[in-house]
Amino acid sequence: MTNPIEIKKLTVAYDKTAVLKDIQFSVPKGSLTAIIGPNGAGKSTLIKAILGLIPKVSGDIKIYGKPYRAKDRLVGYVPQRGSVDWDFPTSALDVVLMGRYGHIGWFKRPGKEDMALAKESLKKVGMDAYANRQISQLSGGQQQRVFLARALVQDAQVYFMDEPFVGVDAATEKAIIQLLTDLKDQGKTVIVVHHDLQTVEEYFDHCILLNKEVIASGVTEEVFTLEQLHQTYGGKLAFLDKGKVMVEQTR
Amino acid sequence: MEQIGQMLLAANTQWVLIGTLLLGLASGILGSFALLRKQSLIGDAVAHAALPGICIGFMLTGERSLIILLIGATVTGLLAAYCIQYIASASILKEDTAICLILSTFFGVGIVLLTKVQQMPSGNKSGLDSFIFGQAAGMVSSDVKLMAGAAALLLIVTIIFFKEFKLITFDAEFAKGLGLPVSALNFLFMTLLVAVVVIGIQAVGVILMAALLITPAISARYWTNSLSKMVMISGLFGAISGVIGTLISSLDRGIPTGPFIVVTATIIFILSILFAPARGIITLKIKRRMTNHQLLREQGQVK
Amino acid sequence: MSYEIWIMIVASLVGITCGVIGCFLILRKLAMLADAISHTVLLGIVLAFLISQSMNGLYMLIGAAVVGLFTAMLIQFLNHKGIQEDASIGVVFTFFFAIGVILITVFADSVHLDVDHALMGEIAFVPFDMVEIAFLPPLPKAFIMLMSILILNIILMMLFYKELKITSFDPALAAAIGMPVMFIHYLLMGMVSVSTVASFDSVGAILVVAMLIAPGASAYLLTNKLSHMLCLSAFFGVLAAISGYYVATWIDSSISGSMAMMSGVLFALVFIFSPTKGLLGKKINQKRFRTRTNAT
Repeated sequence: MTNPIEIKKLTVAYDKTAVLKDIQFSVPKGSLTAIIGPNGAGKSTLIKAILGLIPKVSGDIKIYGKPYRAKDRLVGYVPQRGSVDWDFPTSALDVVLMGRYGHIGWFKRPGKEDMALAKESLKKVGMDAYANRQISQLSGGQQQRVFLARALVQDAQVYFMDEPFVGVDAATEKAIIQLLTDLKDQGKTVIVVHHDLQTVEEYFDHCILLNKEVIASGVTEEVFTLEQLHQTYGGKLAFLDKGKVMVEQTR
Repeated sequence: MEQIGQMLLAANTQWVLIGTLLLGLASGILGSFALLRKQSLIGDAVAHAALPGICIGFMLTGERSLIILLIGATVTGLLAAYCIQYIASASILKEDTAICLILSTFFGVGIVLLTKVQQMPSGNKSGLDSFIFGQAAGMVSSDVKLMAGAAALLLIVTIIFFKEFKLITFDAEFAKGLGLPVSALNFLFMTLLVAVVVIGIQAVGVILMAALLITPAISARYWTNSLSKMVMISGLFGAISGVIGTLISSLDRGIPTGPFIVVTATIIFILSILFAPARGIITLKIKRRMTNHQLLREQGQVK
Repeated sequence: MSYEIWIMIVASLVGITCGVIGCFLILRKLAMLADAISHTVLLGIVLAFLISQSMNGLYMLIGAAVVGLFTAMLIQFLNHKGIQEDASIGVVFTFFFAIGVILITVFADSVHLDVDHALMGEIAFVPFDMVEIAFLPPLPKAFIMLMSILILNIILMMLFYKELKITSFDPALAAAIGMPVMFIHYLLMGMVSVSTVASFDSVGAILVVAMLIAPGASAYLLTNKLSHMLCLSAFFGVLAAISGYYVATWIDSSISGSMAMMSGVLFALVFIFSPTKGLLGKKINQKRFRTRTNAT
């Protein structure tokens, strides 16, 4: 069986410096994978390159064995929360409905069925009470849940999420994790850019350690070791004991 | 050629040239800061917003006294700059919308007033409409001297506060931490920006004045990474544009100065974007091709 | 129909056409592109005239649309090359406008355009330029032109509503689900260009910019729904046109100048009095909040 994601020798460059070099990994179906690495390691860039949002210099990206464009219906994307203008005149439900736009096709409007799906998905993230709220009046955690609900209605097989845990409250973090586990149980594949090293082992069964190149990738127990982390983060890690790793604050 | 030679000898033309040279220099320098502070288009709005001020100045005094007109322009220009910042900070509207809004409505008021001025018995000969596209060659020598003097004054003030402006442009928080009066400096900078726009509109015109702030500065950015060098190069480009534009427009009466200054500045910009040593498009293209080759070669070796 | 009514109808059409499309410019943070395109359209009109040697409205539309799209592309290109957006806009539009003005001056004898006309339009002459088409009664040329552009815009907006919406809100997601983000961008730019040029001839550059931005900005402060924002914006456009006309006759001054001024006045009123997002509204809400927190 083909893996949902298969990356071979991917290189991405901004101007003259290579941001990602010779990236190679694959992600098995039904896995929860964290992409981990220091600031500037190219984590978001990697996701964007896979989704075709930025051009690559060379390499091969396959989603279920096909180029991305042939399979874009199978992919759901949760961008960073800061990437959109929350003052946009639209409601939470409406944002979720946007997740259906890829399925609706040209010249057609979202129908009753799409509306029902959007409502259901808002309910799943516990936001049904806020459906008609203007999005700037939601808290950070609530905004993130709306984004997740939007990804859910995309009804994808593979999900990419860019730092979904940044700036959210503990309750939302729990809700997100529950959702990710549900997705995994349904046989879907989820890739998350993740910052918090403390929760990696608890949340994710697969890891990709990234610092411009792939340091290691695979099952969390094998990959998430002190030695590999040290290699990924260089000297910026302070080790208290195994399991408690702190990233040194540079500023 | 002979014609140009004769022109250069005329005392008034020499003054006009000195005036536009100083103006180009001052706007190039202030424009660099405005560019880095992402405020260059505020200059555009301020220039358009000067028109109602000019008209009000004329209506109040009933004569074309440049000083009064410039004071009027400064007042409405500052008011426009203030409105833009207030709208952007107090509502969900972003700065670009605020700029565009203020620019068009102030200019609309300006046109309404200009029409009224032209209906006045003295207004017909006022020549206020030359403020729209600029007419450097037609300036009388006292006006030119005023422009040159004001530009020189702005230059001196900017040089005195150079390091403070540098700091608030780069890192306003840090400047605050150092105990600098950041909001006063911001206001000073805005006043200088409004002033340079205002003294420039007579030569360049309200619509195209923004170009003299933006184009030399962005061209200069291509040649250096150091602020002090950027400011100097930008000033130089501004001065060259001012002088060449004025020379062309003084070949014949009725040729507006502003458009030729802008075209000169843009030609300098095109040359910069193509051929600047470190960042020019053509220069970069060659370099990038080389690095891509290198990247691929390195990968080949890894394999 | 009377002289006055036609002027108000034509100006209202400008208000609706520009007001609606301007909303998308505001939401995409492209307001300054409105300013840029409305200036560069002058070059398109001059070039169309020099090439075709006629004042035919269709050639002008094509010329302006081409130059307008080219402006948008060039700005995008410079931006892509690492020049910050405001600077790319400033460089491009001042250059094109300068060339337009120079061409008008150089070919002054053969071009029946003058720069004042380009800036302020000649809406007062609109009712004198009537044409008869088929079975219809004689209608002003400007009315026919604006009406067709408005209908075209409405059709395009209905067809591409969800695409316009999602590419405005979240272009990254739109690209990821395979929407042609660039196509929609240039579609919008094309609509802005033709709307601008259709309006330009009767009302001039200033009013076009004012009508593109001010009604949308006012509407934005009154609603949280995109479709409502579009309708409200059209309403404000019409209101600015009609009130501007009366102000102009009252003080006997430039019609398009007054309309631009009134669009600003309407915005100021909304800015102060909008119930949720206005200055007073916010103050009242704060006070209520304070009394509530004090009570608990």
